[in-house]
Amino acid sequence: MSIQVKNINHVYNKGLPDETAALVDISFEIIDGEFVGIIGHTGSGKSTLLQHLNGLLKPDDGQIIVGDTDITASGASMLEIRRKVGLVFQYPEYQLFEETVAADVAFGPKNLGLTQEEIDDRVRTAIELVGLDYDDIKDKSPFDLSGGQKRRVAIAGVIAMRPEVLILDEPTAGLDPQAHQDVLSMVRKIHEGDTSIIILVSHNMNDIAQLSDRVLVMDEGRMVMNGTPKEVFSRGDELEAMGLDLPDVTCLMRDLRSRGLNVPTDIFTEYEAEQAICKVIKGQEEKA
Amino acid sequence: MVRDITLGQYFPGESWVHRLDPRTKIIVSLTYIVALFILHTFIGFAFATVVLIAAIAISKVPPKFILRGLKPIFLIIIFTFVLNLFMYPGDVLWHLGFLKITEQGLYKAVFLAVRLVLLIIGSSMLTLTTRPISLTDGIESLLKPAAKVGVPAHELAMMMTIALRFIPTLLEETDKIMKAQQARGADFETGNILNRAKNLIPILVPLFISAFRIAQDMAMAMEARCYRGGEHRTRMNAMHYGKSDALVFVLTALFVGLCVLERMYI
Repeated sequence: MSIQVKNINHVYNKGLPDETAALVDISFEIIDGEFVGIIGHTGSGKSTLLQHLNGLLKPDDGQIIVGDTDITASGASMLEIRRKVGLVFQYPEYQLFEETVAADVAFGPKNLGLTQEEIDDRVRTAIELVGLDYDDIKDKSPFDLSGGQKRRVAIAGVIAMRPEVLILDEPTAGLDPQAHQDVLSMVRKIHEGDTSIIILVSHNMNDIAQLSDRVLVMDEGRMVMNGTPKEVFSRGDELEAMGLDLPDVTCLMRDLRSRGLNVPTDIFTEYEAEQAICKVIKGQEEKA
Repeated sequence: MVRDITLGQYFPGESWVHRLDPRTKIIVSLTYIVALFILHTFIGFAFATVVLIAAIAISKVPPKFILRGLKPIFLIIIFTFVLNLFMYPGDVLWHLGFLKITEQGLYKAVFLAVRLVLLIIGSSMLTLTTRPISLTDGIESLLKPAAKVGVPAHELAMMMTIALRFIPTLLEETDKIMKAQQARGADFETGNILNRAKNLIPILVPLFISAFRIAQDMAMAMEARCYRGGEHRTRMNAMHYGKSDALVFVLTALFVGLCVLERMYI
């Protein structure tokens, strides 16, 4: 499974006074097994891009190929694309509507026309995968759950479709620190499972730096950077100019450096930071 | 897409008509409508048409835009026309079987159709040139005297304002929910009516929940800022009549006078 995006453009409100170019000549490729993070300022076109990847929006021109299907072709089967590419929107808990958790999670698989047995099996697996107790929660109303639980049920609703690509648009927004960590470790677990590609959009640079193999940076509808977290976060000044943050650890390193400590700034895990700082301090002691 | 639905038919502009006080425009539109019922000849209607065309020209709203507003009512106009054409008793001009057209029927049919068209265009001039929000402000201000006898003018206007304010929000919400359900394989475009209606449940339930949530937040935010409605409230955009409003009122009075003369002497 791989995703190829070739020169796509998308303009909102074409021909009207408030015409805006949401995506400008975007190209990239995602290979099998990759965990890709997408960052960008609000309104930079991230959400528009995501909606293109599972056919909810069509590009004005350009091509998107998922696996071996061209999803921009006019005859492409939308159901097939949505089975392959699962998209979890921001605040996905607002899409819950059924009377019980199990019924809600079953909505996607049901639309795929699976047998009842298969549906039951998928619902159980999905609910357990997001870290909830199936037997305990299946008959509860989704509206009686806590915020973090609702979010996980909503994500389970997408996972139950067993997508090969899972796209998450800010899955941790508005969650408390504990629920935040729970969702992240859940995402990690999903990536280790059947879902080969994960695309994560987040404003939290720590999460992006820790989880992604590659980071794409969007700015005003353009893709301005595409590289490993190390490559992207070492261009801190450019990111800051776009109104983006850096991982906390990278900020610390930059701060230390500006105060005269000769440490590298392309570091974003605590362990690496510790190593680097120790090394520099040791070097100074030896000199002294 | 849901987002493409435009609300009302306000045509953004900065013309002299757009800048009139909303109250003036409400009163003038109502007067115009009443005057159309005073008139009883085609000469009178010709006069009213000229006045309306002048108003449209000053407002700079493209005629195409105005005619588009007529489209939904077109059927009603045709219906009244046909009904009058064939059903009115009088001197027969033409007949086929039980269908007959009378001279009086033809006159009446055209007469009513013209009146209807003028009525609709005349009243749509109000909504075309006035923002929905200023419109509610205007209505509130005009209903103020009625508040003394227990009409909750401010509350009514506030409800209308809030409703208008949240239509785009709810449309956006609908769009989001639809997309989220589509991403889970829901299909809103194919199937028979029953199936399609059933497919709306995954949209309507979350939409209602959102609406209640938004309403609750809104109520709380208003209370937190000590909103209590009613008397002594001042507003950010205070309305006041200007010279142009005075001119419009004089012209309107003149127009009504001429209409009354037409009724009495032609």
